[in-house]
Amino acid sequence: MSAIEQQGVALGGLEQAELPVARATRKRLPTPWTMSMRLLGMLLVVALLIFMVGPLAWLMVRAFSGLWQFPDFLPRHWTLQWWRSVFDDKTLAHSIRLSFEFAIVVTIMSSVICVPAAYSFSRFNFPGRRVLLVSLFATNAFPKIGLYVSMAGVFYTLNLMGTFWGVVIVQLIGTIVFMTWIPAAAFSSVPRSLEEAARDVGAGPLRVFFRVTFPLAAPGIFVAMILSFLAAFDEAQGTFLVGIPNYITMPTEMYTLVLNYPEQAAAVFSILLAIPSVVLMSFARKHVMGGKLAEGFQIR
Amino acid sequence: MSDVRPAGLLIDHVSKDLGGRTIVADMQLEVHAGELTCLLGPSGCGKTTTLRMIGGFLQPDAGQILIDGADVSTLAPERRPTAMVFQNYALWPHMTVFKNVAFGLKLRKLPKSEIRSRVESVLELVGLTHHLHSYPARISGGEQQRVALARALVLEPKVLLLDEPLSNLDAKLRVRVREDIREIQQRIGITTVFVTHDQDEALSISDRIAVMSGGKVEQYADPRTLYREPATHFVASFVGAMNFYRATVHDGAIVLEDGTRVPCDGVSENGGGTLEVGIRPEDVTISANGDGAEATVLREIPRGHYKELVLKVGADEARAFVSPELAASERPRIRFTRAVLYRDGSLEQ
Repeated sequence: MSAIEQQGVALGGLEQAELPVARATRKRLPTPWTMSMRLLGMLLVVALLIFMVGPLAWLMVRAFSGLWQFPDFLPRHWTLQWWRSVFDDKTLAHSIRLSFEFAIVVTIMSSVICVPAAYSFSRFNFPGRRVLLVSLFATNAFPKIGLYVSMAGVFYTLNLMGTFWGVVIVQLIGTIVFMTWIPAAAFSSVPRSLEEAARDVGAGPLRVFFRVTFPLAAPGIFVAMILSFLAAFDEAQGTFLVGIPNYITMPTEMYTLVLNYPEQAAAVFSILLAIPSVVLMSFARKHVMGGKLAEGFQIR
Repeated sequence: MSDVRPAGLLIDHVSKDLGGRTIVADMQLEVHAGELTCLLGPSGCGKTTTLRMIGGFLQPDAGQILIDGADVSTLAPERRPTAMVFQNYALWPHMTVFKNVAFGLKLRKLPKSEIRSRVESVLELVGLTHHLHSYPARISGGEQQRVALARALVLEPKVLLLDEPLSNLDAKLRVRVREDIREIQQRIGITTVFVTHDQDEALSISDRIAVMSGGKVEQYADPRTLYREPATHFVASFVGAMNFYRATVHDGAIVLEDGTRVPCDGVSENGGGTLEVGIRPEDVTISANGDGAEATVLREIPRGHYKELVLKVGADEARAFVSPELAASERPRIRFTRAVLYRDGSLEQ
């Protein structure tokens, strides 16, 4: 969206820069070409806005609406009743807490398992490295529900169905790919010579990792953790299959809400579900993309 | 910094294969205490591999590396008394200049005040007194270079290793920094191995130069000997420019293959047979008195402080470096003032 806007701005700027010259020579209108390009740019911006912001806007309005029927552009009545009903419902509040618990546990476990694996993938060339690396995609290559159904079979024999750890494992599956690939790329982007230089001044291998490699790869690992948190937080299919009836998280609660409550309650709930994503993403943008580390990576 | 006790370095019959290819083959090299030795050669000649073996980043397949008489071949880099300046400087981007230099001292658990004074004195030595708390990305290439040098020197290593440290600098700065490096090296008297592919760089800063090719040392000599008496054809053509002819020596003259006779100083009647004769372009002179071999000027190339002439002598070509003021006729007569003779690729004594 911003690129299109910038294009629009750039075109506008060009126009303004040309104007004094045009005035000085002879009164001249912008050429049909620049006019049509500007128009096209504006249309694209509007289309993107409708496409991206439209559904969100509808959701916001819906969450506060009373009676809202076809010919009306906006609801006739505004109300907070749906928010009240969501917050008053004990099971809904419980599912919100549960979602955070799962997301945090899954993110920690995923980091503990995958970050060392990522380091190995990036730094060592062991037999089967490529096969293993590509096979991580296998979980994403098939329809998830098929995978979960066959997992359920295994979970029954292991008595994991309906348990906390069963849900953790099923959510973990979805985080493994990027919790391995993104940190692996981050480790690979740390030049070997930086590690060698640390060895050279007297640091042992472990110290090199904690003082040089890890701090430099940290932004990548941090991004992977955020994505992992959000993936666990939003995971619905597997959690539903393994967790019910004991563990109902926010996304699985959505099924019930959509079926049993009016649309407006579901709108409130999906806004609540979106809050962590928005907060975490803006946090990541501020601290990872704009940080000192990002500008420090100038080493060839 | 001045109390570094110089240590000798000996590379004793060292070999190294990498990826099924022999990179260093039975190499023998001794660097005296306090000496600056350049490893000079084209890319792939094994000079960087040798340096990395001295630093401990590679293990030799055979042979030993001795520093001060002690075998260090199997020690990890952190346990060797060497310090390396990397080609890309390898400064840690998440640490300030001060922290980069202080890191090694911190690992040695020195008191804070001592770390501070040692870092400051070494930064002064390399001529970097500001930017102490800047991040490496915020300082210039030349300054990064100085930080890398300071980081290596602050630990007072026995041997300083430099891996093409100037290749990322522009030409002007390169000349200045190399003189600074030489000046600092001589002031603290540290044994130094300097890897470069730039013969000009090697000639201007070294005590001795080891010219390498195909994993072997072709010649190990001081810059003057290396230039005046290159031991092999390879050294002669890699260091400086050289005209080569297949010729015989007869009666104070070089007789080219087509029979052209060029008078030459310092050659006597030779054992006979065809030799390879090397003539430095500055040893090709235009004779003023009309004797010498007849030549034709093909091209004149201005080189600033001298002029390069491309001449045709008999069936061969000769390049000559002459004074830019010299107004040569189109058909001058030339003579050689000095020749280096090779039989079967090696220097004829």
